[in-house]
Amino acid sequence: MALSTLWVLGEPSEASVSAPSLELVSRARELASDVAVVSWGVGADRAAVVGQYGATTLYDVGDLGDALAGVPVAAAIAALASTRGAPDAILIPASYDGRDVAGRLSVRWDRPVLTNVTGLVDEGGLVSEHPVFGGSLTVRARFSGDGPGIVVVRPKSFVAEAVGGGPAQVVAAPAGDVGAAGSARVTASHVEARSGPALEEAAVVVSGGRGLGESSGYALIEQLAELLGGAAGASRAIVDAGWVPYSHQVGQTGKTVKPTLYVAAGISGATQHMVGMKGAKNIVAINKDPEAPIFQIADLGIVGDVHKVLPALIAALQARK
Amino acid sequence: MNIVVCAKLIPDPAAPQSFDASKNLERSGKLILDEADTYGVEMALQLVDAAGGGEVTVVSMASAADVAGLRNALAMGATRAVVVSDDRLRGSDALTTAKVLAAVIKRQSFDLVLAATESSDGYTGTTPVQLAQLLDLPSITFAKSVTVEGREAVVARQSDQGFDDVRVPLPALITVTAGVVEPRYASFKGIMSAKSKPLEVLTVEDLSLDSDVGAAGAGQEIIAIDAVESRSSGEKYVDDGDGAEKIVAFLESIKVL
Ligand SMILES: Cc1cc2nc3c(=O)[nH]c(=O)nc-3n(C[C@H](O)[C@H](O)[C@H](O)COP(=O)(O)OP(=O)(O)OC[C@H]3O[C@@H](n4cnc5c(N)ncnc54)[C@H](O)[C@@H]3O)c2cc1C
Ligand SMILES: Nc1ncnc2c1ncn2[C@@H]1O[C@H](COP(=O)(O)O)[C@@H](O)[C@H]1O
Repeated sequence: MALSTLWVLGEPSEASVSAPSLELVSRARELASDVAVVSWGVGADRAAVVGQYGATTLYDVGDLGDALAGVPVAAAIAALASTRGAPDAILIPASYDGRDVAGRLSVRWDRPVLTNVTGLVDEGGLVSEHPVFGGSLTVRARFSGDGPGIVVVRPKSFVAEAVGGGPAQVVAAPAGDVGAAGSARVTASHVEARSGPALEEAAVVVSGGRGLGESSGYALIEQLAELLGGAAGASRAIVDAGWVPYSHQVGQTGKTVKPTLYVAAGISGATQHMVGMKGAKNIVAINKDPEAPIFQIADLGIVGDVHKVLPALIAALQARK
Repeated sequence: MNIVVCAKLIPDPAAPQSFDASKNLERSGKLILDEADTYGVEMALQLVDAAGGGEVTVVSMASAADVAGLRNALAMGATRAVVVSDDRLRGSDALTTAKVLAAVIKRQSFDLVLAATESSDGYTGTTPVQLAQLLDLPSITFAKSVTVEGREAVVARQSDQGFDDVRVPLPALITVTAGVVEPRYASFKGIMSAKSKPLEVLTVEDLSLDSDVGAAGAGQEIIAIDAVESRSSGEKYVDDGDGAEKIVAFLESIKVL
């Protein structure tokens, strides 16, 4: 049976829905004839944007006030499914709120969630692809039994492509019953300062790891990133050590990046790191250990000390300016 | 203040991993306490201390008989551990895991449930929220700090831009990220006293579950595991003072410069 209806969680982001949400709308449009987006929030003309990417309907959950999204959005999706019929599956971006919605909805529908998905194909039913063991193997999975599938997809798995559709038809989603579970409240939001491009969008990403020795070593990474017009990233080891904020983390539990150039300095190349950056077009690695796993995927490997190579590189680039 | 901490026993992540014949992660070898869960245990111990007393109960589900790894949590200072250890749980999906954990947790009273944002072996990252929904609890995921003020938990929750301050009335479920606290090393005294602390081992029968567990109850199946063509490596040079030049030349060749 071919797929007929797919829903996509359209996570609000500034004026529209997030880039990972649009990636999913694009893929959904290729897989199913009927694509609807479920979104929430106020102020933006999301119907025009999601329509351009191929969605025909926008289910609007409306203003959540200061509530965390997971509980009320899952309640609204469950209510929608019981009034309008459930989709074959709902595709959800792997994000903080996305994962909350998926978990809550899973219990409401009594259906499991397939997570860490990086590929979706239709083989007479939805089949998902998951990289495991650092991306050296792909697990292919599908839902069994009756009921809609819930799929949580990693960002950058698909390319968002506008197809020039008209605005999606906006349908107000019924508010579901949230019960006691809906009582978490956001009281303030803090934005961490950043200069240069966002990590996920940068054409060049320069990342540092424990090989930098101490937190002050990260200045070399920031300097090099700035000289190359790129963003500064990090391994989890130095995020956990408190050298840099979590928002810099690349990898399984951090961001997925697909830049033209990825520079890994003092990073060993653990599978959980590589899964977040293997998609880079070009990889340069600097590591003093010739056996470091990162060299297995590097297009250019320099066996050397970051404290020698990075300052020399920075000086060479400054001299060219 | 009574806190339940979910803690998973996993194959040693440093050892090579493989799949068994039924396409599940091979778990027949030695199992250890997931390092990701040591943050939850530490957080629980600190919150109980700050509240001036209370108990920390570690709950776990395992398909294997080797549950000794939970003694580590007891050695850190947890009061007791309860583990559902049953071969029939093999192949359970995260939703089934959450149902089993919910059945265990319902047997006691608590103010707070802690879990990690994701486990080191399965890393579905959905079990805790499923558990919260089953227990009809509010939840805050991705906590980078947790304090309790009266009957409310105050959490800094990671966000794309930085973090949000979030408050929730207790009882609630919170997932903590790695690095949120520094897990203590078990002292010699702790290790000795852990030997006599209660570690209750249950089977599926001991819980009243109204759905199938294990692979039979799973609503998902693995249909294939394929090798991925590996990304080949390029050139490797030992830096002789010319490393930076080599990089500049490479950047020119790919037109980044
Ligand atoms: C569930 C789970 C999720 C995870 N998610 C992530 C994730 O999202 N992202 C992530 O990065 N990690 C993640 N990890 C952690 C991962 O397993 C590694 O521990 C981590 O990536 C290691 O970081 P590192 O390479 O900086 O440190 P190390 O592994 O300690 O490597 C440091 C490297 O620096 C080199 N070095 C030392 N000194 C120098 C010098 N002077 N010059 C040059 N090189 C030097 C060393 O040779 C070594 O290779 C996760 C782990 C788990 C269990
Ligand atoms: N079998 C289990 N026993 C105890 N806790 C678990 C189990 N599975 C998952 N958890 C908890 O849920 C978190 C997320 O797990 P996962 O959904 O596998 O990523 C883990 O880090 C644990 O805190």
